[in-house]
Amino acid sequence: MKSLYQNFEVSKRILDRRDFLKGLGATGAVMLTANWTWAKEQEIKYGGPGMPGGVIEDPKVYLRFLSDGTVVVICARSEMGQGIRSSLALVVADELDADWDKMQVEQAVGDQGVYGNQNTDGSRSMRHWYLPMRRCAATARTMLQNAAAKHWGVPAGEIKPYRHKMAYAGGGKEISYGKLARMLDDQDIPDPGTVILKDSSKFRFIGKDQTLSVDNTNIVSGKGMYGADIRFDDMLYAVVARPPVYGSKMESYDDSAALKVSGVVKVVPIEGATAPSEFNPLGGLAVVAENTWAAIQGRNALKVAWSSSPNDSYDSDSYRNEMNTASHNPGKVIRTVGDLDNAFASAAKTHTADYYLPHHAHAPMEPPVALAILKDGKLEAWAPSQNPDSSRVKAAERAGVSYEDTTLNVTLLGGGFGRKSKSDYVVEAAELAKTFPGRAVRVQWTREDDIAHDYLHTVSSEHLEASLDKDGNTTGWLHRSVAPTIGSIFAPAQRHQQAFELGMGIINAPFNVPNMQMENPGVDAHARIGWFRAVSNIPHAFAVQCFIAELAEKAGQDHLEFYLNLLGPDRKINPLDQGDGWNHGEDPEIYTVNTGRLKKTIQKAAKEAGWGRQLPKGRGMGMAVHYSFVSYVACVLDVEVKNGGELIVHNATMAIDCGKAINPDRVRSQMEGSCIMGLSLATTSEVSFKNGSAIQNNFHNYQVARMPLAPKSLSVHILEPEDVESLGGVGEPGVPPVPPALINAIHAVTGKRIRQLPIGNQLA
Amino acid sequence: MASINLNGRIHELGAPDDMPLLWAIRDVLGFTGTKFGCGMGLCGSCTMHMNGSPIRSCLTPISAAHGKKIITIEGIGEDSVGKHVQDAWVKKGVPQCGYCQPGQVMSATALLKSNSDPNDQEIENAMVGNICRCGTYNRIKKAIHNASDKIKEGSK
Ligand code: FES
Ligand code: FES
Repeated sequence: MKSLYQNFEVSKRILDRRDFLKGLGATGAVMLTANWTWAKEQEIKYGGPGMPGGVIEDPKVYLRFLSDGTVVVICARSEMGQGIRSSLALVVADELDADWDKMQVEQAVGDQGVYGNQNTDGSRSMRHWYLPMRRCAATARTMLQNAAAKHWGVPAGEIKPYRHKMAYAGGGKEISYGKLARMLDDQDIPDPGTVILKDSSKFRFIGKDQTLSVDNTNIVSGKGMYGADIRFDDMLYAVVARPPVYGSKMESYDDSAALKVSGVVKVVPIEGATAPSEFNPLGGLAVVAENTWAAIQGRNALKVAWSSSPNDSYDSDSYRNEMNTASHNPGKVIRTVGDLDNAFASAAKTHTADYYLPHHAHAPMEPPVALAILKDGKLEAWAPSQNPDSSRVKAAERAGVSYEDTTLNVTLLGGGFGRKSKSDYVVEAAELAKTFPGRAVRVQWTREDDIAHDYLHTVSSEHLEASLDKDGNTTGWLHRSVAPTIGSIFAPAQRHQQAFELGMGIINAPFNVPNMQMENPGVDAHARIGWFRAVSNIPHAFAVQCFIAELAEKAGQDHLEFYLNLLGPDRKINPLDQGDGWNHGEDPEIYTVNTGRLKKTIQKAAKEAGWGRQLPKGRGMGMAVHYSFVSYVACVLDVEVKNGGELIVHNATMAIDCGKAINPDRVRSQMEGSCIMGLSLATTSEVSFKNGSAIQNNFHNYQVARMPLAPKSLSVHILEPEDVESLGGVGEPGVPPVPPALINAIHAVTGKRIRQLPIGNQLA
Repeated sequence: MASINLNGRIHELGAPDDMPLLWAIRDVLGFTGTKFGCGMGLCGSCTMHMNGSPIRSCLTPISAAHGKKIITIEGIGEDSVGKHVQDAWVKKGVPQCGYCQPGQVMSATALLKSNSDPNDQEIENAMVGNICRCGTYNRIKKAIHNASDKIKEGSK
């Protein structure tokens, strides 16, 4: 079969070149020393090493030097818009003192045994891979140095890297990395103790604010290869009719009309998993055709009878009442400090509020899509997958071939936001590949499929109560959060938020309040719930940050002043002391909740936004700040609400403290994108259910932000505390503060308190 | 057999006349630069030019293209305005995931070809049909202004 996929040959070579793993250079003569790693002696529980597959720090896995001078970096993290391919390449380039235009990135196949953890979620690609990739590159640089030393017969210590060359100052000699590439095969991997990381004062790329991309030139000319861009001669195209209600199954079907559609080849049942369905397909009926259009037409002509489901009566209005009732009654206590009853009994003032946030669909611009071929007992698939190893495991299972005989190639992702960490769409392709041995089959989800069958962001009711003393100090704090849990896709009867959900902004509220209680009343899930960018931080931060603004008003204080008082003195809180044993998977000794950093972040945003300044009539400012993914992000919005309710966001000011910013331009772009996504969540987006099915189905009724809603001016300020070495997340933490900042700004303009998202027509 | 004039070349198309151009060009002819985002004319990912005007190819049947010139993202770099737009996109680091960007580039090029010096309001009006879920709108605006500057410099 001839491949039409220009990079296919390349990826094939990667596969065949497992033997490359033995060598950095062209021929790969050196055997890899067993399990060469920088592993710590003690038990590893946190960070990258604590992830499934851990961290691999082997330059022979991650780097390749070609004789034309090209340096190839293997990127094992999925690219979904965060810029990780370019960011890891610039880390390597800096450590090598390489020329940027000679850097090339190759995407790794799914193989956690070789590459370490590849699950691209949790805002941790740079956090977990910055130092490992630097060490890989520094090791390779040392090998280049040693090779040059051997070549000239001079001491390695007198050789220095300079712009893609090794130079021997004493003799005025220099030799390019391209020439040295061949000599690398004779080099042993040096003792880690002899490898020295570059002095940060000499960085040319790391931490420098410049726009470097290995992909953008391709992307803007239509050459970016996404999931649906992989093509083969004679390939087939499928769309799938899936059960309209979670838990329902296909009972019978009539495909006679579908088969009459020109171009339709076959109709194939897909086996579905019963709930909890984990990452497995929902099942249904695939229409396989000669092109996507024929497949869609064929699906329109299907007649399918679906079984009833326990979720048939899922209705967002009644579910909201159920959650609201639950949030007004005591529930599972997750953290208690002091004596709340006492605090309320002796309060000067009390305040109560209820907040509601709906389901959201990820709606990445590229809907789920995957292609697979089963040939000669081997399965090869291409997918825009955030979680390629898991996709490989699941696809292999479904195709009935071994993990070893399965290859999972990762394309560019046209957005992920958490959706593409679940492999159901890849498994569908594997199933169809089994039906058409030797032929490539692509499963294309339509936008309607994407919204109706998403792993939705949870829906939640948040109930807060607080007591204030006569000076406006907060003396008591009660937060009850009710929301179906992601745990419900993995196990039956899961009614409570799990540790990782509670650790996202409810249990770890870092406030200086003597009496606190957090509770999580239970509720059943009736749809597939999944991770959505920033996950439970969105509802928790929304409720907490809106409530604080309300309390400030109640106390008659400025929001910023009130917040800083609530935060109390600067302190580094061990998350374990807050009952948060999860802590985003990070070491609680290193990653504390630092109220000083929270304070500086909100102060920075406030200062840059001109908090407190006089605004034209009809405009107002609101703020919010939130700690998540071990980073601190604040947002101040300056908005106008016109008569009739039209909303204009004039200025958005985002401030982030993510520790060191490795690629500041991509930190900025993530904050910009988070701001826009936060505005979508707050203003228009909602997935709601009636009779068990999602009501929304495309961008006319699942509305997301378009350019006119974008802030007229949007600035991002990166704080880089000098005493912080550790890295925080960037992809997700920008989202949570945006919706509450908007609601607080709208209140400043209109005096109206919106507690239910989306805003929709509540401003009219 | 139907044929279409795509990026300056005539292609024979063995496809029904009511098939949208998007699928005809992607699946039948194999040019995958143009993206599918919604299939309902709502997102702009599939934007192409037909006789110089931006169209949503997911809703435009092959029959509507008879006798017309179709330009896609694969061909827009041949046009000096299109090239300026692509360069500005790279310079300003517009793309995040990039999936919407072929459509954004096509819409922006159509705008700048009819108005080489658009203000922010005109940019918003021209780009409102193109969704970017990654939220690159502010950079798109900057890049359009940048491309506009370059076009004006070039015509001096
Ligand atoms: S795919 Fe054509 S407008 Fe969305
Ligand atoms: S860059 Fe990802 S959708 Fe626009």
